[in-house]
Amino acid sequence: MPDPRNVIILGSGPAGLTAAIYSARANLAPLVLEGELSSTSDQPGGQLMLTTEVENFPGFVDGIQGPELMANFRAQAARFGTEFVQERATRVDMSSRPFKVWTGDPSAPEPSYTAHAVIVATGARSLMLDIEAERRLLGHGLSTCATCDGFFFRGHEIAVVGGGDSAIEEAIFLTKFADRVTIVHRRGELRASKIMQERAFKNDKITFLWHHTVDDLVGEKSLEGAVVRDVRTGETHVLPVTGLFVAIGHRPNSDLFTDLLDMDEAGYLKTVPGRSLTNVVGVFACGDVQDHTYRQAITAAGSGCMAAIDAERWLEAVGDAPETINETPTEW
Amino acid sequence: MGTTITLTDATFDEEVKGASEAVVVDFWAEWCGPCKLIAPVLDEIAAEQAGKVRIAKLNVDENPELARRFDVMSIPTLIVFKDGEAKKRLVGAKGKGQLLEELAEFL
Repeated sequence: MPDPRNVIILGSGPAGLTAAIYSARANLAPLVLEGELSSTSDQPGGQLMLTTEVENFPGFVDGIQGPELMANFRAQAARFGTEFVQERATRVDMSSRPFKVWTGDPSAPEPSYTAHAVIVATGARSLMLDIEAERRLLGHGLSTCATCDGFFFRGHEIAVVGGGDSAIEEAIFLTKFADRVTIVHRRGELRASKIMQERAFKNDKITFLWHHTVDDLVGEKSLEGAVVRDVRTGETHVLPVTGLFVAIGHRPNSDLFTDLLDMDEAGYLKTVPGRSLTNVVGVFACGDVQDHTYRQAITAAGSGCMAAIDAERWLEAVGDAPETINETPTEW
Repeated sequence: MGTTITLTDATFDEEVKGASEAVVVDFWAEWCGPCKLIAPVLDEIAAEQAGKVRIAKLNVDENPELARRFDVMSIPTLIVFKDGEAKKRLVGAKGKGQLLEELAEFL
């Protein structure tokens, strides 16, 4: 079995990398399982990797690009000795200590890593429409990444599904390329923040299709239209668009912890109020995987700091901390 | 050999059709986050699989003709050419293990 590490951090968004910065500065030499490359929000760096301008992260007066911000987080964590691997945990065993973590084949007899403390920062991923046509048309008009694919829709008529901040942000971004962007939303009003709503309402290229959902997609080789249904009457019609961007909300990445960690009905991990402690002693959770209320980069980062400090204290308390630990000073 | 080459609208046919090994063309752009993440992975593959496969980068901003010609609507897109013909298309960023699996038939 591999030698136990002080702490393993699962996830590399703002929460995981802040936990890494703190625990690395405390001389805990953390290992971060960054996740695997993908074009969805479930990838190294997390959801900000698919955004453009981040305007509300403190310290960046003029805003910063999401991927650049995450590159900075990572470099700062690396500076203090964080170790990174581009792997995703496929199985965890929290029944005894040290905790065991598998990457790759989950049925391998030996775990890939073991650790005295685990910080769960696996975040959340974007929901898809969950219809069959999605597989066929992904990358052929259907997209999960407006910043990657917007460019290819110059002069097209396209649609964005959803009514939250991410849907509106994508729609506004896509007006740089597309002739017209229709926002398809199942309700009669947006969930997005007022500032984003105002920007969308002011934008001449954006129109709204209220009270509609997307039922199916038309097109064999590339997208030709979306079958939309009026949720009030049940009537359907085809919206002729060559591009469709899906931003209908998020789900916490907590499947790995089913029956291991307490979670609510929506799958968010439960933590002790005001702390990062889960129901398993020595396992801490931070960021979007445990936050269904705020879900901001800055709250994720803040909770990552909490998890790192909680882990430091706990390692000291149970005598598993290395002698060289350099605790983050706080009033305790 | 073993290094990553850069393609343009002008050099594409010569570089891709003239190659004896498989050529993986990486359609990418500066503004695409996932493209930047796979770039170092592709560099590693280029070095490790030298002689079997070439990695060729194609910037879609600078070479829109080729993106259109191959119906690229999402990046990163990798198209594998062998004997001058497009044999396989991979859409979206993938990790090294998964990429090597997808490319196995050409290695």
